[in-house]
Amino acid sequence: MGWFLEHAWLIPATPGAAFAVIILFGKRMPRGGSEVGLASMLAALVLSAGTAYQWIARVNDSHEEVPAALSRWEWFRIGDLKVSIGSHIDGLAAVMLLLVAFISTLVQLYSMEYVRGDRRYTHFFAAITLFSAGMLTMVLAPNMVQLLLGWEIMGLCSFLLIGHWWEERANSEAALKAFWTVRVGDMGLLVGIAMLLAIFHTLEIGAINEAAAAGEFDNKNLLMWAAVALFIACIGKSGQFPLHTWLPDAMAGPTPVSSLLHSSTMVVAGVFLVARLYPVFHVGLDMNIAGQRFNLIAVIGGITVLIAAGLAFVQNDIKKVLAYSTVSQLGYMMMGLGVGAWTAAVFHIFTHAFFKCCLFLCAGSVSHTASHHSFDMKKDMGGLRKKMPVTFAAWMAATAALCGLPFVSGFFSKDEIIDSAKNNDYKVFYIVGIVGAFMTTAYMTRATYLTFFGKARGGAAHFVHDENARDSSWQITVPLVILGSLALVSGYLNAPIFKWHWFETWTESSIGLPLGEGIFAAPHPPEFSWVSTAPGLALVAAGFGVSLLLCRAVFGEGTSGLRGLTERNVVLRAGHKFLVNKYYLDALYERVVVRGIAHPISRAAYWTNQNILDGIVNAVGQGGRRTGDLVYKYIDQGLVDGAVNGSGTTASGAGGALQPVQSGKVNMYGALLFGAAAVGGLVLVLVNS
Amino acid sequence: MLINEFLLLGAVLFCIGVYGVIARKNAVLVLMSIELILNSVNINLLAFDRLHAVDTAGGNDGSVFALYIIAVAAAEVGVGLAMVLLIFRNRKTISLDDLSEMKG
Repeated sequence: MGWFLEHAWLIPATPGAAFAVIILFGKRMPRGGSEVGLASMLAALVLSAGTAYQWIARVNDSHEEVPAALSRWEWFRIGDLKVSIGSHIDGLAAVMLLLVAFISTLVQLYSMEYVRGDRRYTHFFAAITLFSAGMLTMVLAPNMVQLLLGWEIMGLCSFLLIGHWWEERANSEAALKAFWTVRVGDMGLLVGIAMLLAIFHTLEIGAINEAAAAGEFDNKNLLMWAAVALFIACIGKSGQFPLHTWLPDAMAGPTPVSSLLHSSTMVVAGVFLVARLYPVFHVGLDMNIAGQRFNLIAVIGGITVLIAAGLAFVQNDIKKVLAYSTVSQLGYMMMGLGVGAWTAAVFHIFTHAFFKCCLFLCAGSVSHTASHHSFDMKKDMGGLRKKMPVTFAAWMAATAALCGLPFVSGFFSKDEIIDSAKNNDYKVFYIVGIVGAFMTTAYMTRATYLTFFGKARGGAAHFVHDENARDSSWQITVPLVILGSLALVSGYLNAPIFKWHWFETWTESSIGLPLGEGIFAAPHPPEFSWVSTAPGLALVAAGFGVSLLLCRAVFGEGTSGLRGLTERNVVLRAGHKFLVNKYYLDALYERVVVRGIAHPISRAAYWTNQNILDGIVNAVGQGGRRTGDLVYKYIDQGLVDGAVNGSGTTASGAGGALQPVQSGKVNMYGALLFGAAAVGGLVLVLVNS
Repeated sequence: MLINEFLLLGAVLFCIGVYGVIARKNAVLVLMSIELILNSVNINLLAFDRLHAVDTAGGNDGSVFALYIIAVAAAEVGVGLAMVLLIFRNRKTISLDDLSEMKG
């Protein structure tokens, strides 16, 4: 085992330590602690690159199934259960480590310029460093407890970062919404972990996967419910329908946070969990069993693809378009996992991270440099392509990748998912996939048109007419260029069209299931063919054409009958309103769940209280009063008062004597307490000896 | 297994705690001293738990008790600090000498 594989625990430990340094000493450092954050992420990047390199070497040297590289130490022990902490490196973990460290490094470089002069500059870097550390902890977790640890660290940091500018009420509310919505899902994770422990009597991920893939469990039903519980956690974390409502609100945080959150950390965690425990889900939910048309993961993923893409059409905030696009792409990943396309889904995590991070950073660059920190595409953007050539080029590269144009990265991952759906007999999800591709192209065309083409408006107008205006500074453009280029080329790691399957070879052993035929086997990735790709590509082209024509008509210079159509046409207006209100899901949660369910319960409780309980209490009261009268007359006045008066006199005397003890001094009371305890102890010792 | 070192450590912590409760005038320091006392008890419980586990190869009762105490202590400090905070807000001091309205 190589040095890097053995010492992979250093990868999360470095940013973790950097977090402590920044939070303790950051304010006294010349650059406010950001240099420590960036250095630690660079160190993590180098370590992850070494780890990935040694993992690849290990796969290439071996001709059989490659076991994961484990190094573990006992963390704590409860009864017979030992919980370890350490690292579990296999293809999936190595990919994710490299991805997270890489994106985090670029985002930190970008942030040094973007949040310059912020009043909580140091805290920002502390939180974002810990955030990356949390994700890194999670991806190399050898057992469910460490995974939960990383998962929760991320939940906390996302709260801190989304609410970074908490002085505005909307931001702190968005942070709370994100935190609580994800918590709803987290209950599923806790329950799921407990169920896994009950089924497999271990928390080690490797052992769980092996046992699930080999069918070594007693109760299939229990395994299914465990998979459902774990998937609920993934729904919350990855913003899947119906818990996706927190993700767009999370745009309240600074743009670098959005880009990190949406590309490689946090939201990917849910998809990662499904990929990590794939045998549990695959066996538990009967995926790829002959004749199965639907399963939970694919259905949720498919719904998410479509509804999020629909929402992306009506957003005016450029970051919200990207947010819904992320939700939709996460839907693709889930759908891919649901239809048995493990490799394609994980590869989509990989390529999506580059282009989505790039898109967010482009949006930040536009807002930071050109449109006076506004994100409103209709009010403050437009016509920026000439003045911001680097940002524009990066944006176009990433958009091409997101839409899945041939021979850029999205093409190799997304089409692979769609292809697999067709190949594995999930026809419905094949259609969902190509319709989603159409919608993706259409909303990205709209966003691109509004931002970079047409007439400059608002803040952008000032910028465009300013002779000295330049594209953003190098801290911003360097990450953009790197990410933009990767958005173009990263797909070639796994390009079935050229029969290049490196990514598949490196990660194959992480699936945890045999490939091919068999009860518990995952299907092989499909062969590439233009025939199955053509409908998707045709729809992408159609999406581009339709959207471009509509944009020209609605937002272009000329007057057109289409302008303002959503205000005039009843059907379109209803549809538009439905989308603007996010399918009324927020209202549903607020009105139906909170008012509709909680309020009747409390009203019923109130009625019971008033009519039934009070009736009983009143009756008892009446009876009690009558008895009381009798008792008062004879017993109380005669018998008791005599005794009471006597004891009162005694107590008064004793109280007078003890009065000085009540000094009102807390220390005095403490001393008395310990004195009394000491006397009591002494008596005990004397009696017992 | 010898546990006298543990018990000695527990006793020393306990004494430091008692000293703090009796001698300190600052409410926060008194709360901290109470924590010390509770933790000295925890050390004793754990020490006896180990001893017991070696003898009879059973139970973790001591550890469980210690966990309970930690939880209860956390709750206690929560309430205590809240009181201190309110006192500070109302009087701008947390010196215990000034809090003698309960004098009989």
